[in-house]
Formats: sequence, C-alpha cells, structure tokens
Amino acid sequence: MNILVCISNVPDTTSKINFTEDHKAFDVNGVQFIINPNDEFGLTRAIWFQQKNQATVTVVTVGDSSCEPILRKCLAIGANKAIRIDTSAKDGFYVATQLKSLCEKEKYDIIICGRESIDYNGGMVPGMLAQMLKLPFVTNCISMEVIDNVVNAKREIDGGIESISSSLPIIIGAQKGLVEESDLIIPNMRGIMQARQKPLDVIDPVSSSAKSSVEKFQKPQEKESVKLVASENIDELISLLHNEAKVI
Amino acid sequence: MSIIVYAESLNGKFKKSAFEVLSYGRALANKSKKSLVAISINADDPLKLSNYGPDKIISLKDPKLIDFTAQNYANVISEYSEKENISILILSSSADSKYIAPLISVQLEAGLATNVVSIPESLSPLVVKRSCFTNKAFNNTTLSGLINIICVSNNSFGVFENPSKPEIIDESIQSKINSCLKVNSIDKASGTVSIADADIVVSGGRGLKGPENWHLIEDLASVLGAATACSKPVSDMGWRPHSEHVGQTGKPVASNLYIAIGVSGAIQHLAGINSSKVKVVINNDPEAPFFKAADYGIIGDAFEVVPKLIEKLKAFKS
Ligand SMILES: Cc1cc2nc3c(=O)[nH]c(=O)nc-3n(C[C@H](O)[C@H](O)[C@H](O)COP(=O)(O)OP(=O)(O)OC[C@H]3O[C@@H](n4cnc5c(N)ncnc54)[C@H](O)[C@@H]3O)c2cc1C
Repeated sequence: MNILVCISNVPDTTSKINFTEDHKAFDVNGVQFIINPNDEFGLTRAIWFQQKNQATVTVVTVGDSSCEPILRKCLAIGANKAIRIDTSAKDGFYVATQLKSLCEKEKYDIIICGRESIDYNGGMVPGMLAQMLKLPFVTNCISMEVIDNVVNAKREIDGGIESISSSLPIIIGAQKGLVEESDLIIPNMRGIMQARQKPLDVIDPVSSSAKSSVEKFQKPQEKESVKLVASENIDELISLLHNEAKVI
Repeated sequence: MSIIVYAESLNGKFKKSAFEVLSYGRALANKSKKSLVAISINADDPLKLSNYGPDKIISLKDPKLIDFTAQNYANVISEYSEKENISILILSSSADSKYIAPLISVQLEAGLATNVVSIPESLSPLVVKRSCFTNKAFNNTTLSGLINIICVSNNSFGVFENPSKPEIIDESIQSKINSCLKVNSIDKASGTVSIADADIVVSGGRGLKGPENWHLIEDLASVLGAATACSKPVSDMGWRPHSEHVGQTGKPVASNLYIAIGVSGAIQHLAGINSSKVKVVINNDPEAPFFKAADYGIIGDAFEVVPKLIEKLKAFKS
C-alpha cells in the first residue's frame, strides 16, 4: 500500500499573528512553524498503516526550502520519504494542480490531506485534488479502516456522524478523531537520526496559474473592554443580553 | 449573466444559512446588476425563498439526492450553474457547502474563496474579504476566474427580507450516480441543536471539574435553546464527545451568543469562537484571558452562578 500525506507548514498555534508593514504578507519574524495539526492527525494514521499493513508513507509539501524542517520532522515521526515541490504555494488551486501532477506519476492508494490549514483556512486543496483526479473524497474524516481494498470511513457532519464505504484509491480530509491527540508521535532520538538518512527529494513545479491572490491582510478591530456584572446581580446580565446585545 | 445561490436544506427544510446566502446574493445582484437565481434540492417549500429576493427559483427534486453526497450534489449544482450562464456562485460555509465548493470549482474552472465575511469590496476585479488564521485576521482576496465561487461565513452577513415574485422552475431529475462512495448510515443526535446551526452556544471548560457536572451546561443550554460545546482538554479527557470540541483545532463557532463557563480563554480556544457576535464569560479567576475577549463577564464560581442563571432565565422566558 502506498500512502501520500500532504503537509502544510503553518505558524504555531500560539503565534501572535502580525503582518509586514505594507500588510501584504504574514510577518514570520519570531514565529515557529509546525506541521498543520489536521495534517499531523493524518500522518499519524498513515504511520499506523505502515506499522500494521507495511504501507509506504510519503509526505509532500508545496513550498520553498524553509519548509524542509517540518518535512524532516515528518520523516523523524516515521514517514519513509519526503518530497518538496519547489515553488511557493500561490493558492489552493495552484497547490492542488502541483499535487495532481505528482499523483499521476506515482500511484497512491490513499492520499491524506488535513481538512484545512490553520493559516489560510481555505479547506480547498483536498477537494480540488479529488475532483482533478476524479477520486472519491471523504472530508472531516474521523475514522478509516481498510480491509481487502474496501475503505470504511466515518465523517463528522453538522450534528452527527456519517458512515461511508468506498473502493481504493481514495482522498481523505483528516481531522482530530482520525487519531487522538494522545496518539501523536513525538520523534525520538533514533527517529531523528534516521530521518537524516531518508530521502527528501526536491522536484520542479509544473506550470499552472492561480485563480486567486491575497492582496492585503488586516487584523480585527480592537474590541471594547468587557462589561463585568457582579455575581449577585444575574438580573443585570439578563437585561444586558436582552436589551443591549439583543441576543436573548 | 447571473448570480446563483445554492439554498441548502436538511430533510426538506431550509437551513438558516440558506436565507443568509440568498440575502447576500440579493445585495450582490443589486450591486452588479445581475439576475439572482436560487437553486434548491429536495426542499419542501421552495417558495419560502421568495422572501429574500431571488428573480428565479430552480427547485430540483431527485429521489437519488435525498441523502447528501458531495459528488452528486456538486455535479447537479455545476450542471445548472452552466445552464444559467453563471458568473458567481454563492454557497454557505456549512460543512456540506465547504465539502462541495472545491469540487464545483474544478468542474467550472472557477476561482474560490471560503469564509467570506462581507459583500465584495470591488466587482472587477472581484475582491472579497475573508477570515484567515482561524479568525485571528482577515485578508482581501482577488478572485480571477471567469466564474467565481464565494462561500459566505455563517452569521457574518445576516438575513434580510426582500420579498420578490420569482419565476419558479420545478424540475424532477434523475441524476446519474457515478461516485463509488456509498453512505451506509447516518447517526444524528435528535432533538439537540448542532453547533453549526445554533444561534446560542453554551460551552464548558475544565473549570467544571468533571463530566458529572455537565447538567449545568445542558440545563442552561436547554433554557436558551442552545447547542452545547466544550474546550479541547474536556473532549481529550473524554468528558464530552469530540463533536463538541470548539476552537482552532475543533469546530468553528459563529453564533449570536457564546457563553463560556470555566474556560480560561487560551488563544487556540478563542481563535475558533471569535466570530461569535456576543461573548459571555463566567470564571472565578479575574485574570483568565477570556475576560479580555468577552463582551460581558461574571467573576464567580460556576457552581454558584450557573444554577442561579438557569433559575432567572427560566423566569425571564416564561
Ligand atoms: C496545537 C494546539 C491546538 C489547540 N486547539 C484548541 C482548540 O481547538 N480548542 C481549545 O479549547 N483548546 C485548544 N488547545 C488547548 C488550549 O491551549 C487550552 O489548553 C485549553 O483551551 C484550555 O481549556 P480550558 O479552558 O477548558 O481549561 P483551563 O485552561 O484549565 O481553564 C479552566 C478555567 O476554569 C476556571 N475555573 C476553575 N474552576 C472554576 C469554577 N468553579 N467556576 C468558574 N471557573 C472555574 C479557571 O479559572 C480556568 O480559567 C490547543 C492547544 C494546542 C497546543
């Protein structure tokens, strides 16, 4: 079994989000980058397939050389090889086109993406890739088992859970639940040493154009400070919510 | 050229987001002088949409589309979009709409922006404002497709009545099912409000000490007709199901009112709930970061404050 896990390089969840002075770019100063959490749940699930079903796990990212540390981390977690498609991620469509080209060359049985990245929050790449490759696609995926080439998956829907089956190959949009937080693998010394020997191939992008571009960023307006209500004075809170905020 | 809105329904009933995206579509159609077409799939009462200003309603009925399957819904919406000579397609940001949007965008070779929070700032080029960094920031995105898709963030635009006399087209169709995905079963908690659809969300954190105290959250939610949610450690410890975990790595919340009880207000928690309109915090630690993010707050012990709040709300409601 061949598994591809698509990895996005995102600012650590505790990062202060700031932009360059012209508001055109994210200010990377002092920011630590991590594996997008949704992707990491997917990677962990892939490693389980590797351990149980002898799957080969390849990780891929579309990005410049500054993304290599997180690819090395994926290798230290246990991925067999890494690929970096050497270009900057212009938009979801552009990234999906790059991944499509890779997926047409190699044959993957399972392609796992995070359901969305925590920086751009587009949630577009997995679905676009699925449609480009005309493969079945399960997003918000919280469980996946493969028996005799049949995939049984569960998907979180608004207010419930849907059970789905499909054939391989398949594309998955991963999220928490696919594995638990406590299942995430922290690389040990041996993993880190081995990662140095594992292949990290850099390949050229295919030509493609983006269909959207980000012009400028802005931060939300500073909000007014909280109105405190004394704990003996619940009626006042109810009155504020009713008359002032008009939400009850 | 027309603007098409997909008006989402569940079990035949329109979701509130259907009226919101249609209101958004009306405003955009006025601004761009295009006609506004609403598409519904297996909706019981498509005429309901005429309260929100469409020029035309295409009401599709298809026994094969009773259950939502992304591929089939995307195929049908793409097909009708092409027939209507579409320039912009508007969807909500519900889980289902965000599922089908990228599929449709490839089918129509369209530009796509999700989590859009307001009417486009410019029409040519088409520039939309969307939230990013899990609500910690916004960006202006230029969409450069010949056709473009906008997924409107829930509860960001609002619902505006605007009665119209639309042309109604009823069509019974039999879509070809060509997806090898099969839905085997759907397991839905009945009688409870889902976080995505709720106007009010009541959320509990580790400050509630244990699952046995969750009746406080549930009772408060039931008086308010609210959905229940929780912080990440609460779902990690198994006190509550994962489906209730909200925040940067959980579900986003965009309700009118968000009440956080015993939640400290960590940056990852706040990120996911920031687009709620009004935030109330109840916490016994005046230093809890949530007080910086909230509109109203009570410094106090949840075990004393919440039962009183439930009592008073019951009295207020009756
Ligand atoms: C990568 C990453 C992603 C994350 N994603 C998320 C996410 O999506 N969502 C999320 O919620 N968290 C997330 N977190 C975790 C986050 O950092 C916090 O740890 C978490 O939100 C804290 O949960 P809490 O507020 O319930 O618990 P605590 O931080 O323990 O807060 C409990 C609060 O309850 C108060 N309290 C205690 N007793 C009482 C009482 N009797 N009455 C009233 N108040 C009381 C305390 O004063 C305290 O403020 C993430 C963390 C990481 C590293």
